[in-house]
Amino acid sequence: MLTSNLDAVAPMLCIVLGALAAMAAEAFRRRGEQMPIGWFGVIVLAGAALSSIFLWDRKLSAFDVIAADNFGLFVALVLCIVGILTVMFSSQVIHRDNLPAGEYYALVLFAISGMMMMAMATDLLVIFIALEILSLSVYVLTGIRRDNLAGTEAAFKYFLLGAFSSAFFLYGIAFTYGVTGSTRLSAVGPYLSAQSMTGNPMILIALGLLLVGFAFKISAVPFHMWTPDAYEGAPAIVTGFMSTGVKAAAFAAFARVFLSSFEPFRLESPAGPGWANVVSAIAILTMVLGTVVGVAQSSLKRMLAYSSIAHGGYLLVGLVAANQVGKVAILFYLLVYSVTNLAAFGVIAMLGARDKANDSLRDYAGLWHTHPALAALMTVSLLSLGGLPPTAGFIGKWYIFTAAVSAGYYGLAVIGVLTSVISVFFYLRVVVMMYMQEPGTEPPRIHVNAVSMTALTVAIAAIFYLGILPTQVLNLASQSIATIF
Amino acid sequence: MLTLSWLLPLAGGLLLLLIPNADRRRDGLIRWLAFAISVLGFAVTLVVWARFDPTSAEFQFVERVPWIHIDPTLAIDYYVGIDGISLLLVVLTAFLTPIALLSSWEGIQKQVKAFSVLILLLDSAMIGVFVSIDLFLFYVFWDAMLIPMYFLIGIWGYDQRIYAAIKFMLYTMAGSVLMLVAILVLAYMYSDGPGQGQYSFDLLKLYTLQIAPETQRWLFLAFAVAFAIKVPLFPFHTWLPDAHVQAPTAGSIILAGVLLKMGTYGLVRFAFPLFPVAAAAFAPWIAVLAVIGIIYGALVAMVQPDMKKLVAYSSVSHLGFVVLGICAMNVQGMQGAVYQMLAHGVSTGGLFLIVGMLSDRRHTRLISEFGGLKSVMPHLTAAFLIITLASIGMPALNGFIGEFLTMLGAFLWEPRFVVGAGLGVIFSAVYMLWMFQRVYLGDITNAKNATLPDLKPREWATVVPLCALAIFMGVFPALFLSPMELSVKKVVDRVQSVQTQRAQR
Repeated sequence: MLTSNLDAVAPMLCIVLGALAAMAAEAFRRRGEQMPIGWFGVIVLAGAALSSIFLWDRKLSAFDVIAADNFGLFVALVLCIVGILTVMFSSQVIHRDNLPAGEYYALVLFAISGMMMMAMATDLLVIFIALEILSLSVYVLTGIRRDNLAGTEAAFKYFLLGAFSSAFFLYGIAFTYGVTGSTRLSAVGPYLSAQSMTGNPMILIALGLLLVGFAFKISAVPFHMWTPDAYEGAPAIVTGFMSTGVKAAAFAAFARVFLSSFEPFRLESPAGPGWANVVSAIAILTMVLGTVVGVAQSSLKRMLAYSSIAHGGYLLVGLVAANQVGKVAILFYLLVYSVTNLAAFGVIAMLGARDKANDSLRDYAGLWHTHPALAALMTVSLLSLGGLPPTAGFIGKWYIFTAAVSAGYYGLAVIGVLTSVISVFFYLRVVVMMYMQEPGTEPPRIHVNAVSMTALTVAIAAIFYLGILPTQVLNLASQSIATIF
Repeated sequence: MLTLSWLLPLAGGLLLLLIPNADRRRDGLIRWLAFAISVLGFAVTLVVWARFDPTSAEFQFVERVPWIHIDPTLAIDYYVGIDGISLLLVVLTAFLTPIALLSSWEGIQKQVKAFSVLILLLDSAMIGVFVSIDLFLFYVFWDAMLIPMYFLIGIWGYDQRIYAAIKFMLYTMAGSVLMLVAILVLAYMYSDGPGQGQYSFDLLKLYTLQIAPETQRWLFLAFAVAFAIKVPLFPFHTWLPDAHVQAPTAGSIILAGVLLKMGTYGLVRFAFPLFPVAAAAFAPWIAVLAVIGIIYGALVAMVQPDMKKLVAYSSVSHLGFVVLGICAMNVQGMQGAVYQMLAHGVSTGGLFLIVGMLSDRRHTRLISEFGGLKSVMPHLTAAFLIITLASIGMPALNGFIGEFLTMLGAFLWEPRFVVGAGLGVIFSAVYMLWMFQRVYLGDITNAKNATLPDLKPREWATVVPLCALAIFMGVFPALFLSPMELSVKKVVDRVQSVQTQRAQR
């Protein structure tokens, strides 16, 4: 049982205060004055990470709606890592692209606070609020280059469709409340299992609407339409941030809601089949479409957008399996995917120039000859995304498929491994470009600053660490799910 | 000891990465260091061989360290060991690596550091595949090995290298991921039964599983397809000509010498003993494919204008014998199969090596461009002749023993298959000797060939060990057959006892 204690909000509080301070600093900044806002962000995030570590195993809950259980804290830690890497990568980009540093970092921090809240919330309405906090920040971040047409278009598209899906989600909450009389996850679950199949069929509508809302945020097919455009239009580093952070937060909430409150309807519901059937269909669609369409892309960012859709599909497989292994697999995969994808987008961001994104496949020709270190780092992250040993991606996928097999979903496992082979094809296209083609006439000359290079190196080291010695982190993940579900 | 055998090349390779070589001044140093590391690795495996106890069929030099332990669900150990079957394959791998490095001394001029490192990484992963007892560990090495090979073909290969590299990678992966699912199913079945909730990938524990015949069939297929692609068994062979022809010489030597054996090794170690009932049911069909492969490979090899392609197709044919011997599932056939794996590694490695030398000199591999080389390069010709004769199974050379034993085994099992295999032996003599005749005998028809230099000292160093081994293996087969005998017998007994148990029921 969770103990009520305000300490539970410490990680979030840390970040929100940091974000406010960053905003204030920007407001009082004299023109041309340099402020170490980025470093400040790193410190704040490190503080949040530390406080999450202190809260580990204490099973606290604040206001009855924010639970600092190990599950939430694990995701919070992942989010802190995402945040720190993002801020460190940004140090290179902010200056080059002339982005407003204070606003940028404040928005990143606000977004992370929303994500954390989403991962730790135990009330549907609070999840909604968190969703809005993170979404609004990310919409703005997407369009932060105001002079960039593609960015503005992407932000607008993302905003419209996002608002639409939020409405779905909210409607779902309303229906849930209508049927069960509560928005607390802890109240909804027992109600449903008590009523089980005889209860109000309206709950199915609630379930469906919530599912749509979550599916949109994790860009599951067929609710993925916004993803390629938003990912392509946003600055590369923002894409990296939102493709990992948003997905991690949304998945955490998704898992929490569906594996606790709606668990009674997993295998069967008043309509017959349970939500596991629907989600496994979505998972298949997501994996297949993400990889197959990814093959046809010529822009690296767009390609990775489809790849991240596909990775959402693998995560859904873990959710469908819903057993002990599956829950651990989701958490571990979120960490692995976040670090890997962020590293890949980090390299893309490094290679960009102010006037040119340099993100089409051709721009990577001969990168091995011009920037061997970046090419090697990119290769490792791509191999990890493709799930090849000895990288983290392999362990992640292996765990997901173990879950699927042990829950009896052989079909999902087979489709999963086959699509990951197809995905290797398009990751290899980049590798081919980097190593086996001659550089173009005017290869971009880039100087990567020390901070970004450190962040990249750390990320790659983490990929190998998680790929070769995953025991500790897997154990942490399995402790995290022991507290809930 | 075994850990050292795979860790040494890996660590050596990673250390080489640290040597700054942006201006390429240290190419020579790096080549020598890589060579030294690989020789050292070979020495380690020789020590293992010397200390190997041939009177035991059990795994030896076993090392076991907990690796991924998640209580209470999962127990994966770092678990390595060798028996008589894997022992010589490990030695073969470590033996071919220095030769591969030497063979590329002049042929590889760009990115020498990366090349040397990748060869060492490949060496490490291949040895890892052969020494793993834990299936998870095995799969990690099995898949990890693809990465260096992919780069070797893709960066240093010939014109169509990118196509070949991607095809190689995707083909192999497509097979192996299905095997991964099968491995997961096995681990799950273990946890559902004797493991009491704990997943295990320990091969020896999985051997004890009682699996329903219907399930066995699916799992066997998943394993067998993965291995059949690697072997490659007809009709899964189409990646092989591309990969072999496009790969640089060193890559071809290792591909033909070791990588293909992983497929047949997998059949012997995993597919057959894990699923004996299904294996018995499928063995005749696999044998049919093997015989088709023997004849088809030989016929296609016969009409190749390109020497490398010819040798590549000859591999399809020769590996057919190995598979046939395995399918026979008796001691003779199985021993012959393992012996043929070694023999083929030596002789086909040698063929690719010498074809690579010719290709380095003339930048072409077309048979029609050559002719009468005997008069300008007698030593190279002699070496090629020895290897050729070894490859076609001339008595007193290594190929004979393997082919004889596999055919003997197949004869005891099902004589009809031997007819086809025998045809293959004849064909192989035809295409190999015909190539030899067109390339080396007669008058020099092409003026460019008149001034080709004969073997250089470095090339002597690669050719002599291979020729010597080809003869040695043919004259003293017992030296190689005796360490594997008990282990082979154990595998055969295991499969047969389950099969007879079932027959009695």
